[in-house]
Amino acid sequence: MGQLQTLVNGIVLGGLYSCLAVGFSLVWGVLNVVNMLHGSLIVFGGYITYFAWHSYGIHPLLALPAVALLMYLLGYVMQLSMINRVVSQPVLTTMTLTFGLDLILYNFMTVYYSATPRRITLDLGALDLGGIAIPVDRLLGMLLALGLTGMLYLVMRRSRIGRAIVAVRMDSAAAALMGIKVDRIYAITFGIGALMAGATGVIFAMVYPVTTNLTGTYLGKAFVVCVIGGLGSVPGALVGGVVLGIIESFAGQAFGPQHALTVGFLLMLVLLVVRPTGLVGIKGYE
Amino acid sequence: MQRWQQYAFFAVWLVLLASTPLWASNYIVRLAITIAMFTALTLSWNFIGGFAGYPSFSTAAFFGLGCYVGALSQRAGVPMVLAWAIATLFVGAFAAALGAIILRLRGHYFAIGSIGVVEVVRLLVSSWGSVTGGGDGLNLPLLSGGPNAVARIFLLAMILIMLAAFLTTVWVDRSRLGFGLRCIQQNEDAANMVGVNTTRYKIIAYTLSALFCGTVGASYASWTGYIDPTESFSILMSIKIPVMCLLGGPGTVLGAVIGTAAFTLLEEVFWVNFLDYNRAILGAVIVILIFFLPGGLLAISYRDIAGRVAKLSVWRKAPA
Repeated sequence: MGQLQTLVNGIVLGGLYSCLAVGFSLVWGVLNVVNMLHGSLIVFGGYITYFAWHSYGIHPLLALPAVALLMYLLGYVMQLSMINRVVSQPVLTTMTLTFGLDLILYNFMTVYYSATPRRITLDLGALDLGGIAIPVDRLLGMLLALGLTGMLYLVMRRSRIGRAIVAVRMDSAAAALMGIKVDRIYAITFGIGALMAGATGVIFAMVYPVTTNLTGTYLGKAFVVCVIGGLGSVPGALVGGVVLGIIESFAGQAFGPQHALTVGFLLMLVLLVVRPTGLVGIKGYE
Repeated sequence: MQRWQQYAFFAVWLVLLASTPLWASNYIVRLAITIAMFTALTLSWNFIGGFAGYPSFSTAAFFGLGCYVGALSQRAGVPMVLAWAIATLFVGAFAAALGAIILRLRGHYFAIGSIGVVEVVRLLVSSWGSVTGGGDGLNLPLLSGGPNAVARIFLLAMILIMLAAFLTTVWVDRSRLGFGLRCIQQNEDAANMVGVNTTRYKIIAYTLSALFCGTVGASYASWTGYIDPTESFSILMSIKIPVMCLLGGPGTVLGAVIGTAAFTLLEEVFWVNFLDYNRAILGAVIVILIFFLPGGLLAISYRDIAGRVAKLSVWRKAPA
């Protein structure tokens, strides 16, 4: 029973991780930019949700669409005005730039909200399935996360914009020749990345405390999930997230929770060297 | 700037830093120690990040390991300078072994891998409490002889490390190795094709980029007398060092020196005046740097600017 409980915990955690990483993975895959802002964007979404709930009593589920839209606009403008100017430059440049933007956002969040952890307590209790306890807030978070990730998958598969994004990811020069405005697709993709980060922030605000101290941790998780699953695809992030969730859950039980993160990072380093395309990645797509 | 001008500039700068105890307050001396320390780190990063163009963010791992190996050796009774040497050799060997593995990666994957290394080493050090003291950190014996004498000793030590790093840079810059690394930076496959042993060169550059970090880390630990995992393996340091180098001009002899000096002085001013916003200002410096100074301070053509200013003043006078 203990093993099964750990597995279920891992899967629930994995659903959350998938949602956390899918936007990051998309931006990395399509723009070839490692978005160091991702962790801060998640926490930013969390803060907006927290204050909407705390000051105006808006339920996080109602806040979700608004936060998502706001973050999309923020991401779109940020990409169009700044990151597009350096998008074709070497890794060092783009990573340093997004890190600089991250420092700015982080600093303002710390000054205005302080680093004190805040938490939305919904008190939903726990579900008991034949001896396996699942906290309802986490389950809800996982379902929302999976729902959003599934929606993103559909958007990428079915919509014109989604197909255009995939085309740009495959070959941006050819896509430009086909009449796709690559700059705009980049901005939309970055917007979607920010949107998913904001939505993740809303979901995480219901499960974890909201504090700027966690931005680095979230970013680290996004790295690991991307490397495990493979870049730029929704299924990759899903597989990577669930695998990481299960591994962390079991590693936490075996070696103590403080080592769960170490195991995740070690796994990432090994996979980077052994299989840089990730578990479900396609060769030549790295 | 000509090479000899760069060397001359460095010599003047070194004398200026070294002479601070003679003419300045303890605060300035401390600042000089910090500048020398960061200059050594930035010069080190320049080998892999500047010459070879690999986006390495593992400086903090090397620095932190240097801190811990130095501190542990000193606590085991090894004399201070010998402990620094041990730390240097250990970190160099670590980087060579690690480089053989992760230098197979390129671009983003290398960058992520090098960040991962920092995290793994930090987590291992902080969870291996029986040896490293875990999150509580380690205390080191402080040198006796009063703060002024101690500051002078560490100023001298840091300046010597900086000088060693600079001389190594000069040597790499003029040698076959530097040429090979520049080839790798421009096009690794082509470099490989024309007979540059890319794997070997990259590992050498990566090891060089770690060596002095180990020395600096160990002497930093002796200087402050206390280390802990969060301070030693700070990811912010891993980012700051490349930014300093980019600010000055990557892949040049003097760029790292100028960049570090400019950055550290700016940061000091911001720390003093805008404590709450110092990270945001660092971020703004980065953004400005990326957009307006893509080649760093060294790449600005001062003659060009002077020419433009001269033209402007002529044009203003013309109507009269």
